[in-house]
Amino acid sequence: MKYVDEFRDGELAGTLATKIRSEALPDRTYHLMEFCGGHTHAIFRYGVQDLMPDNVKFVHGPGCPVCVLPVRRLDDAVELAERHGVILCSYGDMMRVPGTKQRSLIRAKADGADIRMVYSTIDALKIARDNADRQVVFFAIGFETTTPPSAVAIRQAKAEGLTNFSVFCNHVLTPSAIGHILESPEVRELGTVKIDGFLGPSHVSSVIGSEPYEFFAEEFAKPVVIAGFEPLDVMQSALMLIRQINEGRAEVENEYTRVVTREGNLKAQKLVSEVFELRQSFEWRGLGEVPYSALRIRDAYADFDAEKRFDISEKQSREVKSCECPAILRGVKKPTDCKLFGTVCTPDNPMGSCMVSSEGACAAYWTYGRFREPRKTAREKAGKEVAA
Amino acid sequence: MCLAIPAKVTALEENDMAVVALEGVKKRISVALLDEVAVGDYVLVHVGYALHLVSPEEAARTLALMAEAGILKEELDEIAGSEA
Repeated sequence: MKYVDEFRDGELAGTLATKIRSEALPDRTYHLMEFCGGHTHAIFRYGVQDLMPDNVKFVHGPGCPVCVLPVRRLDDAVELAERHGVILCSYGDMMRVPGTKQRSLIRAKADGADIRMVYSTIDALKIARDNADRQVVFFAIGFETTTPPSAVAIRQAKAEGLTNFSVFCNHVLTPSAIGHILESPEVRELGTVKIDGFLGPSHVSSVIGSEPYEFFAEEFAKPVVIAGFEPLDVMQSALMLIRQINEGRAEVENEYTRVVTREGNLKAQKLVSEVFELRQSFEWRGLGEVPYSALRIRDAYADFDAEKRFDISEKQSREVKSCECPAILRGVKKPTDCKLFGTVCTPDNPMGSCMVSSEGACAAYWTYGRFREPRKTAREKAGKEVAA
Repeated sequence: MCLAIPAKVTALEENDMAVVALEGVKKRISVALLDEVAVGDYVLVHVGYALHLVSPEEAARTLALMAEAGILKEELDEIAGSEA
């Protein structure tokens, strides 16, 4: 496939690995946080970590939209389908995420709720047109990539006068989350992890551009390299970060120039700002309340806001107690540090969101790394003993 | 969720819709988020929408940048060779 295969080339990966080994200084470590779950999966799927010298480590960030959605919002969606009797349309990733008492959308569907898995907001609009006598709610989740499609759908519904369509908005913003990881006092108390630089989001940046990270690179003195999702993109970006760190620079650089520009997709940004506005605060799983980190629907489109159309009750939501998703999302713990990992919690029977999503760190470890990681740890331990 | 795939536009339709081909598999998507798009362009497809055009020039430039590292590998091989 064009623009995919050439960025997975094994020989070129070998050359990049050689370059990285020769430029990474042996007397220091490089902790590189990949914000996006898409990067986490590329790193594991293609064995990128194994091509790195031991002192270049990837720290997995919270960039998995399914994973960071707090359980309460998922419980709210289940309530919309069960108590308010709406047709709830959801992206597939969300269907198996366990809510309170492990109730997921798919369980609610099995119990009779009308929940439909859709690929696109276009499908959700069609369901609304075809079911004029029913209320149809689109469960909107995701970062800046899924937000413009939601904006287009809301505008389209207004233009068509679709009175039975609304959106349950849970869209969140990437730059505020990155900033929060570094500066929040709560996160500091819960334990933070050393980060020397960031692999910046790929497709989020195609929409918002590379410019929003500039303030952040300057303010926190951390280099950011916008990186594509293919394995060679990740390696080239790691090399660019290592060079910045070696030279003491903290700038925003763009590796993914074939899709990302400094200003991003201005048309998409305009549509988003016409339909959505900032929320003062929003809860993220793993990060807690993050100020100005999410969007809500503007008053001009209030008719299409499911939170205004339906009375959603206050509820006591709870996650599975021993699930380490929150710490894993902050990069403080690895999936293999969780006692549920691979035993009680598997992709077939997930206890937490990180095991469900195709972008979750636990799913990446389970699918590509669960046999390698324990061996690697054992090897490292043995190496230390020999050295001692 | 943020995963997206590059696909080639094969036809433009009314209401900001277009047909893209993915290795022969055809798919109808929305191009409402793009200012300009033409048949033959590659676009990044995400949840049924084209998010951005893919630049062939920049793709080639990035690949060339990655391959530049090859010069060093050859040098290293030479050094290794001279030692042996």
